[in-house]
Amino acid sequence: MSILVDKNTRLVVQGITGNEGLFHTQGMLSYGTSVVAGTRPGKGGEWVLDGKIPVFDSVKIAVEATGANTSVIFVPARNAADAILESVDAGVSLIVCITEGIPVQDMMKVRNYLDQKSVRLVGPNCPGLLTPGECKVGIIPGDISISGNVGVVSRSGTLTYEVLYALKLLGRGVSTCVGIGGDPINGTNFIDCLKLFEEDPRTDQVVLIGEIGGTDEEKAAEFISDHMTKPVVAFIAGQTAPPGKRMGHAGAIVEGGSGLASDKIKALQSAGVRVAKHPEEIPSLLS
Amino acid sequence: MKLHEYQSKQIFAKYGVPIPKGRVAATAIEAGEIAAELGGRVVIKSQVLVGGRGKAGGIRLAKNPRETEELAAQILSMEIKGLPVRKVLIDEAAQIDKEIYFGITNDRAARKPVMMASAAGGVDIEEVARVTPEKIIKVHIDPLLGLHDYQTWDIAAGIDLPRDHWRAFGQIAHGLWNAYVACDATLAEINPLVITADNRLLGVDGKMVIDDNALFRHPDLVEMRDLDVEAPSEIEARKYGLTYIKLDGNIGCMVNGAGLAMTTMDIIKLFGGEPANFLDIGGGASADKVSAALRIILSDPSVKAVLLNVFGGITRGDEVARGILSALNDVKTGVPMVIRLVGTNAEEGRQILADAEMITAETLVQAAQKAVAAAKTN
Repeated sequence: MSILVDKNTRLVVQGITGNEGLFHTQGMLSYGTSVVAGTRPGKGGEWVLDGKIPVFDSVKIAVEATGANTSVIFVPARNAADAILESVDAGVSLIVCITEGIPVQDMMKVRNYLDQKSVRLVGPNCPGLLTPGECKVGIIPGDISISGNVGVVSRSGTLTYEVLYALKLLGRGVSTCVGIGGDPINGTNFIDCLKLFEEDPRTDQVVLIGEIGGTDEEKAAEFISDHMTKPVVAFIAGQTAPPGKRMGHAGAIVEGGSGLASDKIKALQSAGVRVAKHPEEIPSLLS
Repeated sequence: MKLHEYQSKQIFAKYGVPIPKGRVAATAIEAGEIAAELGGRVVIKSQVLVGGRGKAGGIRLAKNPRETEELAAQILSMEIKGLPVRKVLIDEAAQIDKEIYFGITNDRAARKPVMMASAAGGVDIEEVARVTPEKIIKVHIDPLLGLHDYQTWDIAAGIDLPRDHWRAFGQIAHGLWNAYVACDATLAEINPLVITADNRLLGVDGKMVIDDNALFRHPDLVEMRDLDVEAPSEIEARKYGLTYIKLDGNIGCMVNGAGLAMTTMDIIKLFGGEPANFLDIGGGASADKVSAALRIILSDPSVKAVLLNVFGGITRGDEVARGILSALNDVKTGVPMVIRLVGTNAEEGRQILADAEMITAETLVQAAQKAVAAAKTN
């Protein structure tokens, strides 16, 4: 067991013919993910990666031909909102958008359309998901994590790798790692993942990695306090970030006195969450 | 990206929001000429991208062209909160009966734009929001459906706007919404929207912030960027696709990934140091980009040590190492450098750097401790 991605995932890669799309498709295939199709409008009928993966003109055709149930998006930011909507209408059940830099008004439209549908979006601006030993959807390096009972959910990319690696070095394995992304408007949030981990029999405890900006960590703290029986350990990045400056991620900004790391840490601690001072301290705080 | 008042108001006017007659001037003589054209009393407003212009003496009233010229000369020689005043806006002075706050921004939690108005206009709206939130009327707009007339009446009623202004207010609301959508704004604000002594609505001050991610489809707005608000090193970094933010400490940081970059800053502080910057080289950085990043860090004279923390995924350790060597070839420096390379091609990277006299570290904690120690002894 795991959440969202596993052995039954059948993946279609949107933007498979681009550099990043090809590179990471190879990575996902090597990891053992069932990549069944790719798309690129105008290149339907071609094959990539030595004839291993068929390319289709649209996600709809790819789903009909291959039974793909999950899509991962590597298309450039200016076309990414379109790519998400295409996948929604093609009928996959999970969409993972890796693309960074999508205009926020595009994402607001996408999100309000998604709210009327039953499909789940992870991202955008995220590293994707990894269920160690079974399935990788996205760009998380496969060799930095082993299978185990810790669920990981994170707003960050390389910081997540740091945490996975720190866990692995101490022999701690992961059920599923979900990178929900660093944008202000995204598909799946902390609470969605906490719910799934709480219900997942293979997950015994959860690591939550947050950062400055917004109030999602505070809301997660409330949810943990009211609904979680499994222990949660957290780390919040950006304690030294100055207000008014966007710290790389579009969502990581302290505005009008809200979004501070200190408020998030306080909220999590009062919900009984153990908050690490730095990523390498996380394994020692697990039970 | 922030726009100046005059730029924001010009955009609003294009979408049907009434604004005072006026023009922007770069010299005192020009300012006097504009005042002569307008006739009567004018207001002279410094165009700098900071709040508190009025308090700093950057907004003044003048009775005639001659006084306009004098005051404009004064204001154009000012610096407000460290920013030079390069332009002044000369507007017809309005006779104000009442001031209203009116704006649109993105409500992150609701995942929708929110239109806000308050009868307590003209002052800092964040202060109103904090002290008396009930005085702000908020209406969320469905991004798929857009703004509807009934919503504008709800707002007008909510701020007790006299009924004879509702029609004009509705037009202004649609104008503001259309400007916000057309420009990919994250904030579009008229503050204050005033009722004049002759009973008209007029947008006296305006502000817009544009979504940086959407600038690719707004080349006209990109040209409006004011480079004064950014440090030269930040502008240089943007050319290379790097995110660099200058801070006050003395330990330069170069990291791949925003979250990890923030964490690296935090851990430096945790072990008693102060970060000199935030710098994210992004994913899959080339040697050229790494080299530019290191040169930018070293150009900051307060940097006493550098911490390079790279967790390779799509970013390759060997590529990073080559970039570092190339930068060290260009810039001879005695600044001690601590490097931590993990992940993709980290071993190859370490070999490339074997002769570069860098302090190596295995873990993030070790790296931070070594960088803090190096900064103290240098």
